[in-house]
Amino acid sequence: MTADWLDIGWLDQIPVRGSRTVPVTGGDEIAVFRTGDNQVFALVNRCPHKGGPLSQGIVHGHSVACPLHNWSIALATGTAQGADKGCTPTVPVKVVSGRVLLCRASALRAAA
Amino acid sequence: MELSGNDWGGEDTGGSPDVPPQRAHLVVIGNGMAGCRAVEELLARDPARYRVTIFGAEPHVNYNRIMLSPVLAGEKTFEDIILNGQDWYRDNAIELVAGDPVVSIDRQARRVVSASGRAVDYDRLLIATGSDPFIIPVPGHMLDGVISFRDMADVDRMLAAADAGGDAVVIGGGLLGLEAAHGLTLRGMKVTVLHIMPTLMERQLDEAAGWLLKTALEARGQTILTGADTAEIVGESHVEGVRLKDGTLIPASLVVMAVGIRPNVRLAREAGLAIGRGIHVDDHMVTSDPAVLAVGECVEHQSIVYGLVAPLWDMCRALADGLVEQHSGYRGSVTSTKLKVAGLDVFSAGDFSGGDGAEDIVLRDAARGIYKRVVVKNDRIVGAVLYGDTADGGWYFDLLKRQEDIANLRDVLIFGQAFASGGGQADPKAAVAALSDTAEICGCNGVSKGQVVSCIAKGARSLDAVRAGCKASASCGSCTGLVESLLALTLGDQVEAGAKTMCKCTSFGHDDVRREIVAQGMRSIPEVMQKLHWSTPDGCSSCRPALNYYLLCALPGDYVDDQQSRFVNERMHANIQKDGTYSVVPRMWGGITSPRELRAIADVVEKFDAPMVKVTGGQRLDIFGIRKEDLPAVWADLNAAGMVSGHAYGKSLRTVKTCVGSEWCRFGTQDSTGLGIKIERMTWGSWMPHKFKIAVSGCPRNCAEATIKDFGVVCVDSGYELSVGGNGGMKVRATDFLCKVATEAEAMHHCAAFVQLYREEARYLERTAPWIERVGIAYIRERIAEDVEGRDALAARFLFSQSFSQDDPWSERVADDARQHAHMAEFRPEGAMA
Repeated sequence: MTADWLDIGWLDQIPVRGSRTVPVTGGDEIAVFRTGDNQVFALVNRCPHKGGPLSQGIVHGHSVACPLHNWSIALATGTAQGADKGCTPTVPVKVVSGRVLLCRASALRAAA
Repeated sequence: MELSGNDWGGEDTGGSPDVPPQRAHLVVIGNGMAGCRAVEELLARDPARYRVTIFGAEPHVNYNRIMLSPVLAGEKTFEDIILNGQDWYRDNAIELVAGDPVVSIDRQARRVVSASGRAVDYDRLLIATGSDPFIIPVPGHMLDGVISFRDMADVDRMLAAADAGGDAVVIGGGLLGLEAAHGLTLRGMKVTVLHIMPTLMERQLDEAAGWLLKTALEARGQTILTGADTAEIVGESHVEGVRLKDGTLIPASLVVMAVGIRPNVRLAREAGLAIGRGIHVDDHMVTSDPAVLAVGECVEHQSIVYGLVAPLWDMCRALADGLVEQHSGYRGSVTSTKLKVAGLDVFSAGDFSGGDGAEDIVLRDAARGIYKRVVVKNDRIVGAVLYGDTADGGWYFDLLKRQEDIANLRDVLIFGQAFASGGGQADPKAAVAALSDTAEICGCNGVSKGQVVSCIAKGARSLDAVRAGCKASASCGSCTGLVESLLALTLGDQVEAGAKTMCKCTSFGHDDVRREIVAQGMRSIPEVMQKLHWSTPDGCSSCRPALNYYLLCALPGDYVDDQQSRFVNERMHANIQKDGTYSVVPRMWGGITSPRELRAIADVVEKFDAPMVKVTGGQRLDIFGIRKEDLPAVWADLNAAGMVSGHAYGKSLRTVKTCVGSEWCRFGTQDSTGLGIKIERMTWGSWMPHKFKIAVSGCPRNCAEATIKDFGVVCVDSGYELSVGGNGGMKVRATDFLCKVATEAEAMHHCAAFVQLYREEARYLERTAPWIERVGIAYIRERIAEDVEGRDALAARFLFSQSFSQDDPWSERVADDARQHAHMAEFRPEGAMA
């Protein structure tokens, strides 16, 4: 029996307006973002454009700019903003008592 | 008759059927905001009716007096606040007599005479003499160093005093006094404000808002004394201090008297016109003499004298209508004041003194520094005071002017328009759509919503076109958002994007932002965003790296770099490649290497299984295919061999390319390799607006390709030829010759000065080539080659900045626990392949 949520660490391990990564064995790496207003989002660490590591982009508002070609991806939905089209899978994430929890099933599904 | 402005310049002869009939002569006394605006309104109605002569006491073209404060504060130059330049006078065939004030009016002869003795006859005369600053006649008020704050000459005197440094006393805690104090503080003076009333700006603000303002100003280092009654200004020949009635003596080398203004009616009185507090005028601004009109702060209309700019626009419209025999008289103005005092937003309108039947609705949020008070009587707004957040000022003022019944809005009135119009969703377009046509959009230039919309209807498709067409947003810029919303509302997607703003988060351009950072002494990205009204919570991937750089450049050693506002390459100190791996370039000084360094690089390549090593265009070795999590270990190994980061990833000094020069080459004239190494030792680690490359060639054969680098040195027999602005990138550009110097030391000194000039003045992501094409090589030569003192200062600032920036980011990050590079956690689901 596995828990529904995967505890990945303390919130303050993620820099404000920054991110950390969580590799999933056999699947895609997940990027966990922390925004300026202290909200947390998790996406597959891959831009829908050319696969750039979103975790390395500049976080602004509730978006991240891909470091390769500056596409702007909405953190809440994973969709590309503006004229660009495409979507990165999102993973439900929550913070409980300062600990960051990822939805285990979704992490696996995203990785599949 | 349709005539363009240029068709009717010069002398009229009359008589011939091809020549327009002799036009009546309109003479204007006063080249200020009122006089020129009246002429503009007149030209808009009938450009052919009058021949116009304008007399001005100041030796300038027409400028925006209310923008003198930003000039004093160093935020704008005089050129920026000119309303009508020479071409306006020329194009409209207006004769400007500047710096020669009119000294008498002969109404019988219909003639004016100027100080220099020039006599000019008029058919209609317009008096727009404005007002004079009021000087309190305390003992010592005639001393040298006691000035008012009214015109450009006063600003020049304050700037001169500020250059000398020392203490300043500003007498008067009204708007003008506070702006003078703000400007002088920014210019480095220690400023004390004396205000006789218990609260600042008591005519615009209530006690609570006045107190917030005082607290905020004190936090900026000013001393504010309220209830302070000046007894005398002390000093022998020049001012030395101010003594209060309670005996306190405040030392000062400059005293600015800003206690109020009064209508300048001297000429009108001597000419025998009817005068009260101001010159009496009717609804078409005609004085007691039908041939003489008057407009602006010098007039009294229905017993009211106005000291604000907004009523002036109404008066000028009524006056111009009268001059072309249209009937729509002036009916007086209800005034509002939207101010930026020392960067703090303040708004007031109507009557907020309370009294019988008046009810106050107040919102206070001390933590956010916000205070709002709306005064309501019989379900109508009669007054409003806003501090800290003045966005809804226009809305309250509009409701006040239209005397709208607010009974239904009362519950939510204080939360502002967005909330009151439902849902709490702040849609700026809906807010602007709800404004009436007469609502004022631009306070500086008196432009209403209707006028902006009609300007757009006439073809303006961009912010700049609106600014040019109707002047809205062309002065202080605080209404830029409103104008943009109107453009969007009226045109939908047809709005042409202005290329000039830094990004979509701000209405300011790069140069404005840089200037404001220095002028206002801003110290962090959030502070810049707060003060310059960023429209996004924390910027975007365009403005954040730029702001980070501008602050870093402005405050060497002081500003704390914001990692999250750096592009990935600079954050990881390596180049990201298309597959998400990184490449690493260690520094090889002047392109020279050694067995030990080569061995270290070879070891790294093998140990981390790097798929490729390549010699770069800048004579360095680039190791490809390093995984993010391996970066700290790679740096550690290279560091252990004595190598530091090559900054090949940064907007920074990259490489100094060299040839072998006199040491080996049979043509080499100087030690180009040695000089290249010295220059690289001097410049490495410096952050720049964009990447920066240097080369030193040992002879004119130029093997190091120094003439396509940002800074190039070509050694010749007699010394060193320096050239700048080259680019071997997408658009190849050869350098411009800067100058020739005799010694290595001079070459390095010029290099340091040039790099600093580029660092301080180019826009972020602007390489030297487009920068130099923009500002001109003549300007660069003037600053670097010709201005010796300026060059020394630039070089000194560069070396000072370098004393903080030459830390190897690799060793710093190796010493760190490299936490950012490691994964936060790993997820190995049961049953998954390991």
